Amino acid sequence: MKVDHLSGFDFAATDLDPVLFFDTAASRLSAGGRALAYFALPEGAGHRLVMAVGFDREGRLEVYSTAFSGPFRALTPSFPQVHLFEREIYEQAGMKPEGHPWLKPVRFNTPGASPGAADYFTVHGSQVHEVAVGPVHAGVIEPGHFRFQCHGEKVFHLEIMLGYQHRGAERRFIGGPDARSLHYAETLAGDTTIGHGWAYCGAVEALAGVNVPPRAQALRGIMLELERLANHTGDLGALAGDAAFLPTAAFNGRLRGEFLNMTALVCGNRFGRNLLRPGGVNFDLDPALIKELKLRLADAYRDVETAVTLLWDTASVTDRFEETGVVPKAAAEGIGLVGPAARASGVGIDTRRNFPSGPYEGFTMSVSGSGDVYSRAYVRWLEIQKSVELVDNWLDSLPAGPLAADCGPLRPDGAAVSLVEGWRGQICHFALTGPDGKFRHYKIVDPSFHNWQGLALALRNGEISDFPLCNKSFNLSYCGRDL
Amino acid sequence: MIKALLARFKQGYRTMEFPSPELKLPHRGLGVPLVKPQGLERAASACPYGAISAGAGPALDLGRCVFCGACAAAAPEAVEFTRDYKVCASSREDLKAGGRDYQRAEALGEELRSMFGRSFRLRQVSAGGCGACEADCNVLQTPAWDLGRFGIQFVASPRHADGLLVTGPVTRNMELALRKTYDAMPEPKVVIACGACAIGGGPYAGHEECVGLPADMPVSLYIPGCPPHPLSILDGLLRLIGRVD
Repeated sequence: MKVDHLSGFDFAATDLDPVLFFDTAASRLSAGGRALAYFALPEGAGHRLVMAVGFDREGRLEVYSTAFSGPFRALTPSFPQVHLFEREIYEQAGMKPEGHPWLKPVRFNTPGASPGAADYFTVHGSQVHEVAVGPVHAGVIEPGHFRFQCHGEKVFHLEIMLGYQHRGAERRFIGGPDARSLHYAETLAGDTTIGHGWAYCGAVEALAGVNVPPRAQALRGIMLELERLANHTGDLGALAGDAAFLPTAAFNGRLRGEFLNMTALVCGNRFGRNLLRPGGVNFDLDPALIKELKLRLADAYRDVETAVTLLWDTASVTDRFEETGVVPKAAAEGIGLVGPAARASGVGIDTRRNFPSGPYEGFTMSVSGSGDVYSRAYVRWLEIQKSVELVDNWLDSLPAGPLAADCGPLRPDGAAVSLVEGWRGQICHFALTGPDGKFRHYKIVDPSFHNWQGLALALRNGEISDFPLCNKSFNLSYCGRDL
Repeated sequence: MIKALLARFKQGYRTMEFPSPELKLPHRGLGVPLVKPQGLERAASACPYGAISAGAGPALDLGRCVFCGACAAAAPEAVEFTRDYKVCASSREDLKAGGRDYQRAEALGEELRSMFGRSFRLRQVSAGGCGACEADCNVLQTPAWDLGRFGIQFVASPRHADGLLVTGPVTRNMELALRKTYDAMPEPKVVIACGACAIGGGPYAGHEECVGLPADMPVSLYIPGCPPHPLSILDGLLRLIGRVD
């Protein structure tokens, strides 16, 4: 069934009989659809399979569901992009996708499961060796376990095992919205507070039938782009560091903070906590603050430009970036990459353009690349320039009007899909309400959920020493995936 | 090379002075709160985490607080957040901000201070959470903050570490890795709980997926916040090793 983005719909109308459901899912995915979410919804004693499919070029959303229990037909062999969704369904609902190549646990949250103590994909041979790292890594970063299957320095395969960050956030939305729901959304991935917070607010507003005032929309846009600026700037610095080019690493480390401090200037918190609320935003900008932000933006951008341009002018950096960690376009499409990583492989999808809402109406930007580390770095630089332009324009032409609209009760037995282009890529929140207008289920898909497999592919036939560089070029979220 | 030098010149000297009397949280930032008994019931009922106790011994427990400001919005006469970033404390009990002056963290004992005061190496373990605390620890290593000038450094190996800085609510899935890291550190060692999650579960308080810091890893420094501002983290670390008071 076709549905509108950010608009509540009658969930019962998505029902199909099981045979038709799987046939429809397969035909829509082979027609170029991308699985935005695919999950098992508890229903009575059994389950209901629900799939949201997006057609990016047409900006079209479709949702299908079917009552189903027990083993079902895996779509992964034909459509690798759903591999993790099907593993998740198996883990959460115990329904086995028949024909799935490998049902490795996703979050190790079932009784007796423990990350690290599980079967790994291994390569055998007399001179094949395995290098294991994590979950505690050398730097101040989140936990994950990586195993490189190698022959000499050459990596045949990188096995990624996550789940260490699983803290049970997703299922706590059920029964909401309540006073804690927004905090859960803001901390799904701390560096994407605005992205996930906005996706959550969008879902609630869709189900409550609220129109967010234009001023609030523009303020949200400013903060989302500041989030993108901070993270992209930080990533380019980290990439420089991994190519042993310390000037940009040092400069960008500081400059990332300038954008975080601008965010804190607006809402008091460097990560944008407490800015959003369903219906609008909590903080306004007065002329003095707008002037200050514009000044800081111009200063920070001037320094970022100097620092980042150095990267492209330095042969030792470009030589290290080029043709390292290539994810070809076909592979990127096949596994359903999103965000800058997809765009760097030539897959031109961007929620801001494909499913525009609020301040992003009329957004255009085209970027492309050859799928290597260089492309993933350069796409970030192009996006930095675009974000600065957007923020600057919005600061100049902030619409007048209220900061928030009243957000009343949610429609019963409804559902809504809320998409936001976070800095890592598309965030999808799929909310369903019961007859009481409370969340009956809440599904969160962080861009990292799609993209971790991209990192594994980038390492194929590379070297172990390429890993830090490839890893930073994706900079994926552990907590956003583990939830 | 010339371009890199030119860029270095343009970027300028960026390391901030610390501590400095002018330093405060941004003007909408939430720091050490002032808590008054009038209207505190309303503030307490606005808090989704039960951080506020009204009645006898009124207090706001910064160990449970995620600094969302809901209490101050509901009852501005009862709770007022100042812009004071010095929120760290030495004991769980000291995190309760009430009528008296806030009891900030104290330095380690003489013996530990003589060992760690001028060279303090930390192993950070991220155990659940959202990654924001980690980000604000990392930022201390940038030139703007230059943690190294105080003799503090994050190290890769627990064998090289004097302190364990924990972030996150300690998920079941990280329990073992945290334990192994702690056990791998040589004595004497200290534990620092950084952020609302590590102190009391933060937004995930009460989740069965999280176990919290085990009782046999005694905490010497609590740094509240969601996440704590880098100013608060740096202040806490320096207080612990007796470099500010």
